[in-house]
Amino acid sequence: MRFGEEHQELRTAVRSLLARHEGAAAWGPLTQQIGVAGLAVPEEYGGAGCGPVEVHVVMEELGRTLAPVPYLGSAVLATQALLAAGDTGLLPALADGSTTGALAWAENGSWRPEAVRARAVRGAGGWRITGVKDHVLDGAGGSGGAGVLLVAARTEAGLALFHVPSGADGVSREAHTTMDLTRPQARLTFAGAEARAVGADGDRILAHVRDLACTALAAEQVGAAERCLELTVAHVRDRVQFGRSIGSFQAVKHRLADAFVRVESARSAALGASWAAAVGSPDLSRYAAVAKSACSEAFSAVAGDMIQLHGGIGITWEHDAHRYFKRAHGSSQLFGSPAGHRDRIAGAVVGPRGPGAERLA
Amino acid sequence: MSSTEKFRSEFRTWLRSGLTGEFAALKGRGGPGREHEAFAERLAWERHMAAAGWTCVGWPREFGGRGATLEEQVAFHEEYALADAPARVGHIGEQLLGPTLIAFGTDAQRARFLPGIRSVDELWCQGYSEPDAGSDLANVRTRAERDADGWSVTGQKIWTSLAHESQWCFLVARTGQGKRRHEGLSYLLVPMDQPGVEVRPIAQLTGTSEFNEVFFDAARTGADNVVGEPGDGWKVAMATLGFERGVSTLGQQVGFRRELEALIGLARRNGAADDPLLRDRLARAWTGLEIIRFNALRMLDGAAAGAPGPEASIGKIYWATWHRELGEVAMDVCGADGMLADGAPYDLDDWQRLFLFSRADTIYAGSNEIQRNIIAERVLGLPKEARA
Repeated sequence: MRFGEEHQELRTAVRSLLARHEGAAAWGPLTQQIGVAGLAVPEEYGGAGCGPVEVHVVMEELGRTLAPVPYLGSAVLATQALLAAGDTGLLPALADGSTTGALAWAENGSWRPEAVRARAVRGAGGWRITGVKDHVLDGAGGSGGAGVLLVAARTEAGLALFHVPSGADGVSREAHTTMDLTRPQARLTFAGAEARAVGADGDRILAHVRDLACTALAAEQVGAAERCLELTVAHVRDRVQFGRSIGSFQAVKHRLADAFVRVESARSAALGASWAAAVGSPDLSRYAAVAKSACSEAFSAVAGDMIQLHGGIGITWEHDAHRYFKRAHGSSQLFGSPAGHRDRIAGAVVGPRGPGAERLA
Repeated sequence: MSSTEKFRSEFRTWLRSGLTGEFAALKGRGGPGREHEAFAERLAWERHMAAAGWTCVGWPREFGGRGATLEEQVAFHEEYALADAPARVGHIGEQLLGPTLIAFGTDAQRARFLPGIRSVDELWCQGYSEPDAGSDLANVRTRAERDADGWSVTGQKIWTSLAHESQWCFLVARTGQGKRRHEGLSYLLVPMDQPGVEVRPIAQLTGTSEFNEVFFDAARTGADNVVGEPGDGWKVAMATLGFERGVSTLGQQVGFRRELEALIGLARRNGAADDPLLRDRLARAWTGLEIIRFNALRMLDGAAAGAPGPEASIGKIYWATWHRELGEVAMDVCGADGMLADGAPYDLDDWQRLFLFSRADTIYAGSNEIQRNIIAERVLGLPKEARA
């Protein structure tokens, strides 16, 4: 589970580009100069033919700077959903970054396939979708809104994946105000919107996309947590109180040593999941759940340490600490909470769920 | 089939045939907190392994090993654990002293001591800790004086595993003056069976005893039984500690996995598996177990690349804390039954022993607090602790 030279080059390229282009403005150069959106797309559909390990590297770097770009929503969720469904016509435009995609998935705060209530009904003019989707990454309209809209909905035959053409009637998009200001989310309401079926076995597609999404997000959480630790170590070495650097106090040293153990063990979990995804391991679901649970908790804890060890400046709007803290919270809840993923692990390794665990997402 | 898989399958096949007959009853015996179990039989088993060439596999061939690669050594430890083979008795010589002699010993020392370790005819114990030199190893007070016939050793060691079963002890003693405390130390090899050596067992919280106090009162050893030069003891001792955190830890997660699977089995049988909070803690334990494995794989990759990364310093603190927490979960799975021993005088079950003896995991081989100082100072570059 070690990166090769080409991975280090990719990392360096993404890192230096993000240093030159701040915020959402980085997306154009990322897609045009490095081709990040097409990294995990096969060459025949205009991509680079790489895979989860390259996605891992990009996500770590995006996490370090909390870059507000639509990589996760478009290059991971929408792109992998189309690949899993075997519907390839839209891939070239997603791969070269000329358009972005969004996957409308969660309902009532849950990403579990059984939580999908949106209906798709076949009529004279094709499929029509009705329902409400929340937490759609980059799903708002206007410039920067996703051009390729994919929707998980239920037919009489079960869960399926649909493509809603852009500009279709019966679709309203409303941006959520998010606590984490670096990851836009939207509510999408469908009222008989026209749609094209792209994948009939939605349970399989969504389960696979969730595994890849959790794996990619875990890498982002590791990158962000690592950056929190770097910034905090630098701060406690510089900050002098009682005539000595506060980093010389053992209470501070041990707290940061524990943070280091958290970050590195989370990294192990994330790497394990990425490598399992790369080789098509049958255990990917479990590794993805392990990574999402461990990396969520590690990032949340280290972001909390960052505020504490910065003291007063850590609770100001001006300092970046709250941005990491809010991203930690948002990414922890995205695609299911740590406890929810441990519940999936428990189902696999302990056995069927007893009464009383229904509260878990 | 890769060479690692060939090695793995060869060892697995041998274990399957070897761990039968009189040895079959040894499955699962011994180990931390249970070293007293079937010791003579486990020694016989290990000599049986030696006869078939399955001890010291990681040593170079010229010293009687198999020259096994890191991956092959991991496979060895994994297969050994998967077969539920009894806990090793010669591991201190094989994994600590052997590599130290190969790295620092003279030809004569290697010729004298390595064959006995490989054949398990001579068992070794490690004389580092003292009452006033636990975490602070540089504070050793045991003295060794050179005279016409060799060395005379006087002092006390503590926490010495298997001292009562060992023929030899490798120890650190003060042989000279140095400006700094870790100067003037030497690394000596001392025979245990002599009037000047007394071993007293330390009863542990489990009621069992695998640690000892060892008293040296003008104990003798030969002039040639110093590893490295006199005064080089600190350097040699630190190298041995490096071997201690080496490849054997890569196989331990297999044993941990068996423990967790057994605990989940108990939780299913006694209804604890229906408690959502316990399910979460068991799933969390499983998450940690996977991380221990991935940590180990990263460490292996780093060792293969010749540069142990930061993962090496997190391994010990992570697995020790995980194992201690597993003991706590085990007691909550056991419920009220965990209050009662199996019988008199103090016959604890596996879960009770895990709960109690895993408290030692975060103390020996560098306590969690020492590990945190190491990480903060050597990895994160924070200021060093003030030292008197």
